[in-house]
Amino acid sequence: MTTASASTAPAIELVDVRKSFGKTEIIRGAQLSVAPGERVAIIGPNGAGKSTLFNLISGRFGPTSGEIRLHGKRIDNLVPYEINRLGLARSFQISNIFSRLSVFENLRCGLLWSMGYRYAFWKFLADLKDANDRAEALLRMIRLEHKRETLAMNLTYAEQRALEIGVTIAGGASVILLDEPTAGMSKSETARFIELIREVTVGKTLLAVEHDMGVVFGLADKIAVLVYGEVIAFDTPEAVRANARVQEAYLGSVLADQQAAEAGV
Amino acid sequence: MSTQTAGSLVAPPARSALTGRFLIWGGFAVLLAIAPLVFRSDFGITLLAQVMIAIVACLSYNMLLGQGGMLSFGHAVYTGLGTFVAVHAMVAIANNTMPIPTSLIPLVGGLAGVFFAVILGYVTTKKAGTPFAMITLGIGELVLAMALMIPEFFGGEGGISANRSAGKPFMGITFGPSIQVYYLLALYAFISTGAMFAFTRTPLGRMLNAVRDNPERVEFIGYSTQHVRYLSFIIAGLFAGISGGMAALNFEIATAEVVGSGRSGLYLLFTFLGGATFFFGPIIGAVLMVLGFALFSEVTQAWQLYLGLIFLFMVMYAPGGIASLIMMNLRVAAHKKLHRLWGWYAILFATAIVMLLGAAALIEMVYKLQLSSSSGTTLRYLGFTLDVASAASWLGALAVMVIGLVAFEAVRRRFAVVWGAIQSEIERDMTFKEPDVAAPTGGVAAAAEAEEGKP
Repeated sequence: MTTASASTAPAIELVDVRKSFGKTEIIRGAQLSVAPGERVAIIGPNGAGKSTLFNLISGRFGPTSGEIRLHGKRIDNLVPYEINRLGLARSFQISNIFSRLSVFENLRCGLLWSMGYRYAFWKFLADLKDANDRAEALLRMIRLEHKRETLAMNLTYAEQRALEIGVTIAGGASVILLDEPTAGMSKSETARFIELIREVTVGKTLLAVEHDMGVVFGLADKIAVLVYGEVIAFDTPEAVRANARVQEAYLGSVLADQQAAEAGV
Repeated sequence: MSTQTAGSLVAPPARSALTGRFLIWGGFAVLLAIAPLVFRSDFGITLLAQVMIAIVACLSYNMLLGQGGMLSFGHAVYTGLGTFVAVHAMVAIANNTMPIPTSLIPLVGGLAGVFFAVILGYVTTKKAGTPFAMITLGIGELVLAMALMIPEFFGGEGGISANRSAGKPFMGITFGPSIQVYYLLALYAFISTGAMFAFTRTPLGRMLNAVRDNPERVEFIGYSTQHVRYLSFIIAGLFAGISGGMAALNFEIATAEVVGSGRSGLYLLFTFLGGATFFFGPIIGAVLMVLGFALFSEVTQAWQLYLGLIFLFMVMYAPGGIASLIMMNLRVAAHKKLHRLWGWYAILFATAIVMLLGAAALIEMVYKLQLSSSSGTTLRYLGFTLDVASAASWLGALAVMVIGLVAFEAVRRRFAVVWGAIQSEIERDMTFKEPDVAAPTGGVAAAAEAEEGKP
């Protein structure tokens, strides 16, 4: 485990976080400390609890015990919208957008709260120049200008994934959680998409659950390995790759599989 | 009203969109102003006044149903309580205990709507989806039971009544003559419609759509879905109450049934028929509601059986209501393909008429048998004499209906193929119009590749 930088509080800190569903304990004392600006990939075998961990951090469920801190402030007792207002945004594994709204409207919905418009019903959306300019900028950033007026449900899968990221970053959160952003994408789409993620998350703290090892080693400064609800390693990609415990638990077999697959192609 | 949707379909330049909006709202105002000059009879003006009331009620209902995805079975609670409070206010004006002009009575109803929506809506909007619908049903029953239990306020079986012309005349306007009432109600309907349309263009209005589409995601972009629903429910309560106040002015009476589930069901039914997915849909529904009660009930006593039948057909074949049928055909017309459908519409219409003739004969015979059999067994139906005691009449009507149904379904299936082909042609046209899709095939993938090459 590394220690967080001394001057600032960690962007995300998990202290002995546990979560049980009924009798089954999914997260068993997870520890993690992510410094501001770090890009962390969370990897682990299926059922290790990666998505559950994201759900705990983003407030979808509360932990059974333990503490979760965002920039030093405890968030484990807060609901999702309170956590989001503190500067944490997440994307979903299955595209989770506003299907009957246009691409532009989706992005604008994503940033209204953070720009202070809240529940206003005495202002016209068309008059909110700052919000509209930012939504246009986001539209260009995720390269969907040509789909501005298309309803989200009529987008292709890859476009929906891009919009999912767009809605996530729209509010300008400083900590971004991406749950399998490239799931279901082809190889060329994935490469392009990773570039996009890198662009739109510049200067932000990034946590991403990812299966594709190419993506993991390409995108992340650090890798957290989650096995049976515990973070068994959290280090630079090189160190994790060399870690005997990780090799044994997980990575060895995955890397071997991927190398075999690539050799086979 | 429909500029938003019409605009996005035919994509006119910004200036003509503005002109279009001005034309639509101006046209709406003119229509309201001249309607009583066309329908001059007392009956006509009474109907028009009721249409005004129904427009505000159905539009406010659609803030919940169409814009917020909230299926309410108890909207009459807010219109009805608005009516009761407004009638009490009218009584107070007549007794000189309330110094406000009669023309503000709908606003009194609106405040009552807000008051009750703040209290009852808090519980209601804690949940969404099916629990929300259940709670509205429960509150509807609760309020109806209260209405019968507290005669001091609700007036018991007979209700309470007031006299709208009892206030001080203002510039000769007493609100005695129904034409004066109509113009006041038309003014309220126009302003309320404008305000409710404006609401759809505000941050809260848009977030209400987001909550309808995906409540879960809304929580992760900083919004409390419960708060969005609650605030919108209160605003819908305001307009429901205004509609109730308008009804108080028009009818000068409030009885317990105005808060009942029957009334709530009608709002749901006609808002849906008119079309919940477009802002102007409920206006069509409101007109149909008033016409249904006033005119169709004259034509046949069994008109509500027809209403149920039409509702069934709409849910199955046109879930977007009449408004979406209009908008879909306008889209086809905008791409100059509507001429290919006229023939189909004619045949569909003809087969539907055959089916309706048979069904109507059956409905009338059932109605005769069940409800007015004391006056013999025969009835006149479109020049024919049907006899509910004869098997021939039943079999004949059934045969006509079945023939119509089979023919309609056969035509509808072929029509669906043609319709689908036209829709995909339109989609293709629109894709090709996009400037950055250069490659003839594989549109989006090609665009992605092209962009990848950019620095």
